[in-house]
Parts: sequence; structure tokens; C-alpha cells
Amino acid sequence: MVLQTIWFFLWGLLWAVFFMTDGFDFGIGTLYPFLGKTDQDKRMMINALGPLWDGNEVWLITAGGVTFAAFPLVYSVMFSSLYSALMLILFALILRGVSFEFRGKVDHPRWRKIWDTCIFIGSFVPALLFGVAFANIFRGIPIDHNGIYHGTLFTLLNPYGLLGGILFVLLFMNHGALWLSIRSEGALHERAVSTANKLWPVLLGVAVVFLIASKFATRLYDNYVEHPSFFVVILMTVLALLGIRFFLTRKNFFKAWFASALTIVGATFFGVIGLYPNLFPSSLNPRYNLTAHNASSSPLTLKIMLVVVILFIPVVIGYQVWAYHLFKDKVTEADLARDEAY
Amino acid sequence: MDVVLLSRLQFATATMFHFLFVPFTLGLSILVAYMETRYVKTGDELYLQMTKFWGKLFLINFALGVVTGITLEFQFGTNWSRYSAFVGDIFGSLLAIEATTSFFLESTLIGVWIFGWKKLSKKAHAAVMWLVAFASTFSAVWILIANAWMQNPVGYTIRGGRAELVDFTAALMQKWAILKFVHTVSAAYVLSAFFVMGVSAYHLLKKQKIEFFTRSFRIALVFGLIFSLVVVIIGDLNGVVVAEKQPTKLAAMESLWETTDRAPVYLFSVPDEENERNKIEIGAMPGILSFLVKHDFNATVQGLKDFPREDRPPVFLTSFAFKGMVGLGFYFILATSIGIIRRNRLVDSPKYLKLMLLSIPLPYIACELGWIVTEVGRQPWIVYGLMRTSDAVSPIATSQVLTTLIAFIVVYGLLGVAGFYLIAKNALKGPELTAGN
Repeated sequence: MVLQTIWFFLWGLLWAVFFMTDGFDFGIGTLYPFLGKTDQDKRMMINALGPLWDGNEVWLITAGGVTFAAFPLVYSVMFSSLYSALMLILFALILRGVSFEFRGKVDHPRWRKIWDTCIFIGSFVPALLFGVAFANIFRGIPIDHNGIYHGTLFTLLNPYGLLGGILFVLLFMNHGALWLSIRSEGALHERAVSTANKLWPVLLGVAVVFLIASKFATRLYDNYVEHPSFFVVILMTVLALLGIRFFLTRKNFFKAWFASALTIVGATFFGVIGLYPNLFPSSLNPRYNLTAHNASSSPLTLKIMLVVVILFIPVVIGYQVWAYHLFKDKVTEADLARDEAY
Repeated sequence: MDVVLLSRLQFATATMFHFLFVPFTLGLSILVAYMETRYVKTGDELYLQMTKFWGKLFLINFALGVVTGITLEFQFGTNWSRYSAFVGDIFGSLLAIEATTSFFLESTLIGVWIFGWKKLSKKAHAAVMWLVAFASTFSAVWILIANAWMQNPVGYTIRGGRAELVDFTAALMQKWAILKFVHTVSAAYVLSAFFVMGVSAYHLLKKQKIEFFTRSFRIALVFGLIFSLVVVIIGDLNGVVVAEKQPTKLAAMESLWETTDRAPVYLFSVPDEENERNKIEIGAMPGILSFLVKHDFNATVQGLKDFPREDRPPVFLTSFAFKGMVGLGFYFILATSIGIIRRNRLVDSPKYLKLMLLSIPLPYIACELGWIVTEVGRQPWIVYGLMRTSDAVSPIATSQVLTTLIAFIVVYGLLGVAGFYLIAKNALKGPELTAGN
């Protein structure tokens, strides 16, 4: 029982870290057609995330893998019922990944244009659909007692689901604009900062609407009412969101980005705590809910996986922090002139 | 067409496309790391140029390998959800361990390698590539352990309608997994070696950048010869475990219908599945199959007729893929052996160079055939003897799978064209050398 609870929160944490890291890559990709005025701007944007996006994306693979290992039934029902949405995300991620690598390899405007479009689609679509998917999980999915989904892709596009999608897109765009503020220079830097400034009030507004809508569309608050101390998480998240503005006006971009990272983790945990112990609730009947207790692996597998995670995740965090530290400086024109740059 | 067939076609498309890029990455990461190490040790700029030239080709492949790998992991959930629920306890944990221990390292450090030329010392930069190479191969360890478990499930018990783990070491250390790992990774190394030799041959034929490509060729030649031998030797040992654990696959590989003593190997045979016989049998070598799999010329080998039709794999595809793979395997030893003889006069051996240029696609074909033998030969089981493929698919609509299958074919088709165009363009253009070369 304790093991299942630990795994429930580890599961939430892995998704949160994925959104926190790859989130700014999605954000930059979404802002790409709007902020990248010149080819030089575009290359600076790609190179700002270039060294890091691949490592960031592995958090998704790990979140998926851990869902498979720790909660096989959730993995099986979640991905088959969200089939179309997940496939769209996967195709988008394929396009995004190759675009970074391919774009600069042929010096022809039409070639670059193709991959420019793919970068935008490959970033915006996952940002939106991850939000839609998670909001729908918060709300409950129409699955029956056999885990069979009664709906289509459009069932997911209900108002609350779409609101979740918009919230994610805004969170990531803001996160991306801040990362770009750290790593770009010149006119692009100015545009990134002003974008972050303009996005913030919108993000704040949508976040507040989402918190209120969750009261009506979901049962997330039940856990908070039962254990009021959990409200601290919501409070911290709101503080982090305010912190973004605080540091942004002081032109401390790294701290603003860090506050944004905390906001994303907080937003994820707002839902994860509210869901507990449900991993994949049914909107048809609460008895069909997949929970940490009825959908988990055997205790032996949970134990082995816990050992693996405790041993390796700190090491992963260690070398990823090192990589971030290595590439925290501004991308300069001289960097772009090197042949290994994207 | 039904959901099962469509899902199988989709998985086959996705895996086979993925495996056009992965073997190259596995092998070339080692060759590039070696070249960079030579540069650090000798200070010879030519090695640096080699690192960059082959490194660029490596990165194009790497990107395609990474993005096509993600869909594979998730397809177990989207299309094979009943399988996932049944085996997640074991199979899922192997995939999760792969991501945590290997894929993270590989993906994080590749970014450091690409962008870190000026940020790290020469030594550290070369070390990063070695870590990438290590992580790629280590990643293959986990994936192949997982696949070996589908071939020969061990260390589990059936409880509550699913396979639960009881002995983790049994799954990790089983002979099948070890042989499969060595066989697959060696094949990957052969593929990358033939690619380097083929591209070098192209430039040597044109008598350009002779020193650069002679050196590249020779490095790949040694690598290629060693692993051509390993892949065949281990493949042979693999046959022994297949005979023991998957008699239906073995019988299909050799298109052996009747259970016989002194079982033969045919040089060429065309199975007729309808009438349970071979339409054509040429070059029977009696006793050889018995000897290969049981180490005794007189041993009995089970034929397909011993098994009910519904438990047999597709014989035609399995046996053709197998014969093709084995033939190619011996060719790789031959081609690299000639190379060893000619190693000091490569430029003066245009016929051999032409042969090697034309040989580039062959290891690709061999790798794909190998997977066809493994996966088609395991049918009708998804987990051999334990779960049928037809019981493993998701409860989803045919139209959904048809749509995504078409999407896979279109998207991968376009990506394949773009990817191979870039690879060919950069390979044929050759390195940009600084003065003196």
C-alpha cells in the first residue's frame, strides 16, 4: 500500500519534470513563427534549446515507461483510450525532433520553410494535447469496467479539456519566452522579454479561471477539503506564478524561469494531489476508476523499480544540471557561425 | 483487414523503419569515439576531420533513430493494450529501466557532444562520445532482454490473470537474452562498418581525399571483420536455443515438415504451406541441421507437422528471411576477408571498392531479415507459448488503426526520403579538409 502511494507520487513527479523541462522547448517552438523574424533569429531560437531538448524529451519516455512498469493497467487503458490524441502527439514529436537536425543541413529557403512549419506544429500540438489530456484525466474519462473507451477524439475537446490545453500552451509559451530571454541577445532578446511580460497577465487570468472551473468540472478539491494542509501546494504554485512577474520586472531572467518551472510543477501537482488515489478515473462510474491500488504492478516489481529510480534518477539529475550549466550562456552570433550549430 | 493484422503491420512498419537507423548509431558511435580518441592522442588533424565528417552522418541517423523510437514504446499501450496489461509487471519494467539507466545518458550527452566542442577539454569531449556509445549499447541490452522475454518467458508466475515477476535475475541473465544481445549488436556494428567502407570506397574510386578515406576504410574494416565473425558464430549458438525453446520457429526457418533423424539443411527450398511440403528442395545436406542444433548428426529434429496448424508461424516468410540472412552473414565475412588481403592497396583495387560501395544496403537488409525471422517466426504467439498475438490487441476501432497505419507509412516514407537524401548528400560531398590534406 505504501509502495503504491510512493509510486503514485513518483508517477506525478516524472510527468511534472517532463512538463518543466521539455515545456520550454514546446514554448519556444510555439513562439518560433512569431518571434523568429529573420533566419538568424530562428537559428538562435533553435540553438537556445538545441543542446537540451533531447535529454528533456527522455522524461516523457521515462514517465511513459514508469506508467507501464508501475501501473500496467493504467498504461494499457490510458494509451488505448486516448489513442488518437496520443498518436497526434507522437507524430508531432517526430516532426519536431528531425526538424532541429534537418533544417540547417540544406541551404534552400523552401527546405527550411518545411522544417520551420514542422517545428511549430511539433511544439504547439503536444503542448495543447498534453493539456487537453490531463484536464480530461482530472475530469474523468468515459471508460467502462473493461477499460474500454466510449468516446472519440472530440469527446476530449470539451470546454474544461480545452481550457486545460490553453493553460498548458500559455504555461509553456511563458516558460519558453523566459528561457529565450536567458539565452538570446539583441532584438530577439528584447522581443522574448516583452513576450514574457505580455503573456504573464493572460496566463494568470487563465490559471485563475482553471482553478475555479476545476471546482465545477472535477472532484479534485475533495482531497483538499479533506486534508486542508494540501492547500499549501496551491498557495505555493500561485506564489511561484507571482514570482515570475516579480523577477521579470527586475530583469532576473534565470530566477523568473525557475519560478516558471516551479509553477509548472505546482500546476501538475495540483491535479495529481486532487486525483489521489485515482490515476485514471472513469466519468461513467467511480467503481471503474483505475487507482494506485487496483492498477499497480506486483510489490516485487514496485520494489525493484524503486531501487532503480532511487539509484539512477539522482545521477540523471546530476548530469542534466551539469548540461544546463554548460549551456546557460547566451547564444552568440559566433556560436551560430560554427558548423556544428543547428 | 482486422485490428490484429493492421496493428501488426503498423508495428512492423514502425520497428523496421526504426531499425534502419539504430544499428548505424550503435556502431558509428564507437567508430567516431575511436577517431576522436586518436585525435586527442596524436593531435593529427585528419582524425579530427574524420570525427566531424562521420559524426555528422551519425547525428542525422541519431535524430531519426530517437524520434522513431518514442512511438515504439507508446505503441505497446496504444495498440497492444491487452498485452501491456498482461506483461507490464516484467516487460514494462525493463523498458522503464532502459530509459532511466541508458536513454537519459545517451540523449543528454549527445547534446553536450554536438554543442560542447569549445566548452569542454579535448579529452572530456572525446569521453562524452564514449559515454554516448556506451549508453547506446547499454540501451540495446535492456531492449533485447525485453524481447528475449517475449521469445522465452522466464522468472514469472501467472497470478490474477497476468504474468507477475518472481525472479528478476532469471529474466536478466537468461541465455537467450545474452545471445540475442551479442548477435544483434554485432550485426549493428557490421552494418556501420559496411557503411563507412562503402562511402570510403566511393571516394577512393574517385581518387579523392585518399589518406582520409583509406584510414576510415581500414578502421571500419577491422571492426567489420571482427563482428562479421561474431555475428555468425553467435547466430549459430542462437539456433541451438531456438531449437530447444521454439521448435516451431526452427522448423519454419529450415522449412522442415517431417520430424526426422539426420535432419537436413537445404541450400534452397520453397515451402508449400497449403500442402505441408516443399515445392522445391535443392542441395539437401543430410544430418547438418541435426548437427547444428543438437551437435549430433543423427539427432531427431521436430518438423512442422508435429504441431497443429494454428500453432505454426508463416513458413514461407520465416524460411526465406532466414536463408537470406545467413547467406548475407557469410558474404560479410568473405567481403571483409578480401579487404584484409587488399588493405595496403585499396586504391589499386577498383573492383573490390566497387563491390564494397554496392554492398552498403546489404547489412541493412540482413538486419531487417533477422528481425523478420525473430518476430514472424515467433507467431502466432506474442509471448511464446503464453499469449497469442490475436489476444493482445487493444479494444479499438479498425478505422483508428487504419488511419494511423496510413499516417505512419506517409510520414515515415517522407522522413525516409528526406533522411536518406541528407545522408547521401553529406556522404558523397565528403569532408571539408583544411590545407595540407
